[in-house]
Amino acid sequence: MTDLTDLGIAGIRDGVRDGSFTARDVADAFIVKVSQAKALNAFLVETPEHAIAAATAADTARAAGETLKPLAGVPIGMKDLFCTKGVTTTAASHILEGFTPTYESTVSQNLWDAGAGMLGKLNMDQFAMGSSNETSAFGNVISPWKRNDGGNASLAPGGSSGGSSSAVAARLCPGATGTDTGGSIRQPAAFTGISGIKPTYGRCSRWGTIAFASSLDQAGPMARDVRDCAILLEAMAGFDAKDGTSLQLDVPKWEAGLSASLVGLRVGIPKEYRVDGMPEEIEALWQKGIEWMKDAGATIVEVSLPHTKYALPAYYIIAPAEASSNLARYDGVRYGIRDLPAGSGLQDMYAATRADGFGPEVKRRIMIGTYVLSAGFYDAYYTQAQKVRTLIARDFEKAWETCDVLLTPTAPSAAFALGEKSADPIAMYLNDVFTVPSSLAGLPAMSVPGGLDKQGLPLGLQIIGKPLDEQGVLNAGLAIEQRAGFTARPEAWW
Amino acid sequence: MSDYRIQGETGEWEVVIGLEVHAQVTSNAKLFSGAATAFGAEPNTQVSLVDAAMPGMLPVPNRECIRQAVRTGMAIEAQINKWSRFDRKNYFYADLPQGYQISQLYHPIVGEGAIDISLDEKNPDAAGKRIGVQRIHVEQDAGKLMHDQHPTQSYVDLNRSGVALMEIVSKPDLASPAETGAYLRKLRSILRYVGSCDGNMEEGSMRADVNVSVRKPGHELGTRTETKNVNSVRFVMAVVEQEAKRQVEVLEAGGKIQQETRLYDPDRNETRSMRSKEDAHDYRYFPDPDLLPLVLDDAFLEECRASLPELPDAKRARYEALGITAYQATVLTAEVEAARWFDALLDAGVKPAAAANWTTSELFGALNRTGKDILNSPVSPAQAAELLGLIADGTLSGSLAKQVFEVMLETGDGAAKVVEDRGLKQTSDTGAIEKVIAEVMAANADKVADYRGGKDKLFGFFVGQTMKAMGGKANPAVVNEVLKSALGESVAP
Repeated sequence: MTDLTDLGIAGIRDGVRDGSFTARDVADAFIVKVSQAKALNAFLVETPEHAIAAATAADTARAAGETLKPLAGVPIGMKDLFCTKGVTTTAASHILEGFTPTYESTVSQNLWDAGAGMLGKLNMDQFAMGSSNETSAFGNVISPWKRNDGGNASLAPGGSSGGSSSAVAARLCPGATGTDTGGSIRQPAAFTGISGIKPTYGRCSRWGTIAFASSLDQAGPMARDVRDCAILLEAMAGFDAKDGTSLQLDVPKWEAGLSASLVGLRVGIPKEYRVDGMPEEIEALWQKGIEWMKDAGATIVEVSLPHTKYALPAYYIIAPAEASSNLARYDGVRYGIRDLPAGSGLQDMYAATRADGFGPEVKRRIMIGTYVLSAGFYDAYYTQAQKVRTLIARDFEKAWETCDVLLTPTAPSAAFALGEKSADPIAMYLNDVFTVPSSLAGLPAMSVPGGLDKQGLPLGLQIIGKPLDEQGVLNAGLAIEQRAGFTARPEAWW
Repeated sequence: MSDYRIQGETGEWEVVIGLEVHAQVTSNAKLFSGAATAFGAEPNTQVSLVDAAMPGMLPVPNRECIRQAVRTGMAIEAQINKWSRFDRKNYFYADLPQGYQISQLYHPIVGEGAIDISLDEKNPDAAGKRIGVQRIHVEQDAGKLMHDQHPTQSYVDLNRSGVALMEIVSKPDLASPAETGAYLRKLRSILRYVGSCDGNMEEGSMRADVNVSVRKPGHELGTRTETKNVNSVRFVMAVVEQEAKRQVEVLEAGGKIQQETRLYDPDRNETRSMRSKEDAHDYRYFPDPDLLPLVLDDAFLEECRASLPELPDAKRARYEALGITAYQATVLTAEVEAARWFDALLDAGVKPAAAANWTTSELFGALNRTGKDILNSPVSPAQAAELLGLIADGTLSGSLAKQVFEVMLETGDGAAKVVEDRGLKQTSDTGAIEKVIAEVMAANADKVADYRGGKDKLFGFFVGQTMKAMGGKANPAVVNEVLKSALGESVAP
């Protein structure tokens, strides 16, 4: 019998539907894998009972001859940024330690309504702030990948959705939720050889998802291939009246619309994405991607996104500004930890609670955000950054006059070793250089694996689409996927 | 212009006043959550996940609150901004769960408008002044800290957290305690007409921040202080008076006014410094990224406008045009409930002048005496119309009507029923009246002689005696007529 954990979402769904195996078999297989992979530290909480309950429901429905739900029998991992009713939710921060929501986020509820089960809550960068998972208060996630240099360095799974990427790459779950504020789905997907899509801002409800930067945060799926991403995204997305920024649109049938033929498609290559010091291998992969696109029938056009170089600085003003305000609610008054030094008052309690509860990267961003919003600096930083954001969005609009999607590398490097960049925040922030502009513009964007570098590590290609054109992005991703023939997977060492 | 001046040792000082009034929007639900808003509920029973700022919660604007703010803006003929936006005002306090208040700093929903105030009730048209309103914006209220529940800890009640407020900011057009009081009363009246705020200052539905500065006439504006959260018209007027006096004393002693926030202590009738500008928070306002800009379409605005009732100034003008005196019209329109009651009386077909006379003297007098407000009036407009009808058709004299009204107040019965039950009907039976007059004249033969001798003033005496003998039920007109002829007969040569 095949190892059920080798199956992706479509394979599991179809197999359960056909009766090739039971949903319970699938759940049990993944539950065992999760329990054996503690070394990866991908899961903060394991919820086998949740996965089993969903599996049993699927099997019962099938036995009764009912039509199965779209994700019946599919167990997934849930990033710990999503509030899950009755299951501890911490955003990987000490300040929320022990917090158990009495409510279910819209995205996770949508998945449960579609029949999916939950294997557990996935580790992440604290409050989704980080690109390596090293900011988690509960130990960093370790990538299942190793360099082929004979060394045994622990590698970063990317961030902030590093638990999600590590777990999917290591076959601990066939798919997982992620969230993307400046690249937090795409960069970890690229680092671990999986696919991930950030939909158009507003496609997925933010209700019940712990906020980092409200105007940028978007949930999306991470899975082994493009089809699985389409299936998961269909279940996650949808209008939600509880989120004022939610798009009041029907969810397209993305899976049914998948097509790898790109005849007539114009693929833009933004010249500003050729950055100094980018490894040759990434440049080479990009070229391969261009050839694959042509092979699929697309035409290639060079485009210019002139304000790209300002995207990262603007992002690191806007995101921390929003975060500094969004994280004010963690004050020790109503939930999470409370440090109340003997004989102290309210202000002391705030200071002690927040000093103890937030990690260094979160504090850094709260400080940056507080600074850029303060009187006298607001116009120079925040207002200016918003102008830049508008210009970046305009760059993309201009580009859409001559092309339909953009093709770029996902990240400027392959996965780095843990500890390699954590001392230098700027070097860490540079990891987001290709993913941040589309986040600022609210555009759908996806990373698909393109190949391995000389060290045997995955590299990703990014496709950026027009607003609401997730289908175009997925189709271009599928064309790459079919031509890249990426079958590499990490060897289990954990 | 007001001629209110403070006499200092160095001469006269003018006072410049601006009010920021926080008015709780009448709505069943809070500004950004579905939680209820009833006053006086048990602590923390009207709190949603959003109000408690649980992780991942998001605000969604409540359309009714927006509608009420727009209607209020229209009622003061203000500019309505079809595009407005919410901003976050960031600060830490235990009654502010989000760590920020959602407000509107940069782009308020309502722009400039005006409120006409009157300084003389008797002559409202002559002594008016137009007070500018700078803006109205909507924002969230905070929760409440309770310090008396535990010896060392404070408790937090989040029932008010997230309740919708309108902040109505006047221009510094007010120049005296009297003008300030008139403005606040007029604003309160308009809000209650519109139905956008119940105006209940005791329950905190309406409270004012009072900005006061003083200057020598014709000089530049002085430094102002802001006295926060004053919760009655009387206190607001007292703050203006005390604070202006204090500022004059400071300045004349060679001191400087600090721009600061102050509190009013009603027990000692004085304002006290709360925090100075140096301690002022940096609120780090920025647009709330959880909320899209608020865009109002024409249909919505039309609906808001169409739903506005007749407002106090228009109503007063209409009453005056009906022949009601300006003073009575002012009194009748000051409170929306009284005006509604009076409109119902007019609708019942009562003549306006008679209705106004009776309502302002008899009804308001009775309500005052019994400590009731018009909403609890024991006499309905329909019952009053019946009573006034009986006066108009001669069934009741003025004094009989008073007696009937007293019974109506006690029993709640209709006028006709009271007249019937108690036999209070006026009689115009000439024969009966003539008989009584004959008796009165016989019993007072000396006075008849005096009258006939030229003491005309005794006529009233005979009327009184006749009415008394008839238990007040005689028709005064008939009595007059019969008396005149009876007393006059023997005079004829």
